[in-house]
Amino acid sequence: MFTSVDDVSVRLAEAGYLASPAVATTVFLAARLGKPLLVEGPAGVGKTELAKAVAQVAGARLVRLQCYEGVDESRALYEWNHAKQLLRISAGRDESWDETRTDIFSEEFLLPRPLLTAIRGDEPTVLLIDETDKADVEMEGLLLEVLSDFQITVPELGTVTATRRPFVVLTSNAGRELSEALRRRCLFLHIGFPEEELERRIVRLKVPGLGAALTESVVRVAGALRAMDLRKAPSVAETVDWARTLLALGADTLAESVVRDTLGVILKHQDDIQKAAAKLDLDAL
Amino acid sequence: MTAVADRITGLVGALRAHGVRIGTGETVDAARAVAALGLADRELLREGLAATLLHGPGQRALFDSVFDLYFPRGVGGPRSASGDRDDLRDRLAGALAADDRALLARLAAEAVDGLGGYGSSPGSDGWSAYQTLDRLRPQTLLARVRADIRGQGGNGTGGNGTGGADFADRLLDDEIRRRIEEFRRMVGAEARRRVAERRGRDEIARRGVRPTADRVDFLYAGRDQLAELRRTVQPLARKLATRLAARRRRAARGTIDLRRTLRSSLSTGGVPMRPVLRRRRPVRPELVLLCDVSGSVSGFSDFTMLLVQALHEEFTKVRVFAFVNRLDEVTGLLDHGRADPDGLGARIRAEATLTGWHGSSDYGMALGEFAERYGGAVGPRTTVFVLGDARTNMSDPNLPAVRDIARRARRVHWLNPEPRDRWGTGDSAAPAYAGLVEMHECRTARQLGALIARLLPV
Repeated sequence: MFTSVDDVSVRLAEAGYLASPAVATTVFLAARLGKPLLVEGPAGVGKTELAKAVAQVAGARLVRLQCYEGVDESRALYEWNHAKQLLRISAGRDESWDETRTDIFSEEFLLPRPLLTAIRGDEPTVLLIDETDKADVEMEGLLLEVLSDFQITVPELGTVTATRRPFVVLTSNAGRELSEALRRRCLFLHIGFPEEELERRIVRLKVPGLGAALTESVVRVAGALRAMDLRKAPSVAETVDWARTLLALGADTLAESVVRDTLGVILKHQDDIQKAAAKLDLDAL
Repeated sequence: MTAVADRITGLVGALRAHGVRIGTGETVDAARAVAALGLADRELLREGLAATLLHGPGQRALFDSVFDLYFPRGVGGPRSASGDRDDLRDRLAGALAADDRALLARLAAEAVDGLGGYGSSPGSDGWSAYQTLDRLRPQTLLARVRADIRGQGGNGTGGNGTGGADFADRLLDDEIRRRIEEFRRMVGAEARRRVAERRGRDEIARRGVRPTADRVDFLYAGRDQLAELRRTVQPLARKLATRLAARRRRAARGTIDLRRTLRSSLSTGGVPMRPVLRRRRPVRPELVLLCDVSGSVSGFSDFTMLLVQALHEEFTKVRVFAFVNRLDEVTGLLDHGRADPDGLGARIRAEATLTGWHGSSDYGMALGEFAERYGGAVGPRTTVFVLGDARTNMSDPNLPAVRDIARRARRVHWLNPEPRDRWGTGDSAAPAYAGLVEMHECRTARQLGALIARLLPV
């Protein structure tokens, strides 16, 4: 899929995703070793974006499984199409029981869900299992077979093995501790807040209209806010939002009044806003 | 390639010694990663090994220190070493102003080589990061670096050209402080590397590297380590909540209900074919926390209070009391503590009445006051946790008060941050208290997590 780590960063950058060396190295290794990639990190640092960018770069189809509390086998793996099975039974009235039974548990009546879809395809596939921590613990057990052997066992049909291994990305907000068994099968990548230089490039890429000086200031203030130990530290998505806001307001320098009025874009809790205002010597809000 | 394989297994061994769980499969993956990446770029190698060997973000700092030992940047001292302190300080100020990481790393190597050496006979000599930093004093460069940057009219990294008027320039001091902190870290890593060359890598990797935050002893943790610990409160609380929920599920069906089993056996002629299990009523328990917040154990109590506060959804009621020699309720203060965990300890000491005539801790007096004034807080559904080292400064331990609390509560647990073999030494009344209530040794965040998961009522 990729020839070298540099190749990964260059091609991801063409797709609009600026990868840090850590991200590029891990993506390269995941492709080379054929292992799933577990991406953890705070909200808004581009975990899901990474999977999309990899799919775009590799010219692969993106299959997405969005996890939520209560997601189960029939949502993740496969389901039998009961309505169609009933139709089939009532259509063939004069058939013997044996014929009907073997027939209604065939491929035709199977509804593939994301995991099965990703395993069965012949074309290159990126499988994104989003917000794995939101799913129940039982769901992890289900994933183990898929992630280690890239196969799924359907009792009535037998085992389906991937002809072409999908590139698997799991994301997690660490809302729940994932099991050790799951972690063991994956390469682990923690995407934190980016270095100043990288974040400047990201802002420049996403908000090209903003002046260089203002971009620089925005990134510096975001970095300072992150060092403040807030309830919700601003992530890249918030920095970009803030930059867009400043562009829309037509600000050309980061003056105190502008910061005071727009702090709500970058901080999402009233406690945080007050604390930041005190630390940054803004006047009372 | 065998030399590289030895390095990798050595690295894995050192990480395992620090409690990181790595299986053979991961070691093989790490070796495949090294084969795929090559040895040309050290940073790529670092990321590749981290991706294959680690399972969580908390292990990264430990990994970086160990990696620096097993895959060092270079061998021996720097070539152009000058022991001149003032010259080093000049160049350091320049590097800090320009935020030049590579130059800072080179200067750290030179500083350790020039200023950090001690001892002369083989076996007792070495390099000390503490001595290096003590002689170099990088923190005193702050004003000079600030003046340098202001003088250039930019901030060195990109130059914003607007002079000092820009809002972001207020952040300059903090940024310089962060750079200096980074330099101190580099000096530490460099000193460890030099010592490792002398004493053997494996030994230093096991002894000289700072453990992960959850394995640091509460009583000896420094200020920054405690701050780091506080950041782990939320993840730890989430983990414990998951575990408690699992225990609750398992405990939902309990023992055989004899009456209903016999009643249902009538339909099968009096033979109890199907036992009926008693369903537990889902009652969320109440929790009372008594925390010694005197200087010696305050780090421990602060951390535990924050952890319990983060777990408050698991209980119907949580009440927290703090004491030194007088006792006061601080439940309300703790609610605000979530916004500013670092200032929690200071606020409790400032706003609650915790001391009477003198400032040292007195368990007997405080526990007596609790039994007297807040006796109503403890009922048959309450679990009481006492946090403290049970060092009463030679005053009366007031055992009747503890007996009284233990009689009224459902359970009483005492968490003691001192190692078990020091209980009862000096002014410690630990054995006396341990005779009345269950006392547990609780020295690290890891131990605390395990204890809470086991002891908390479900």
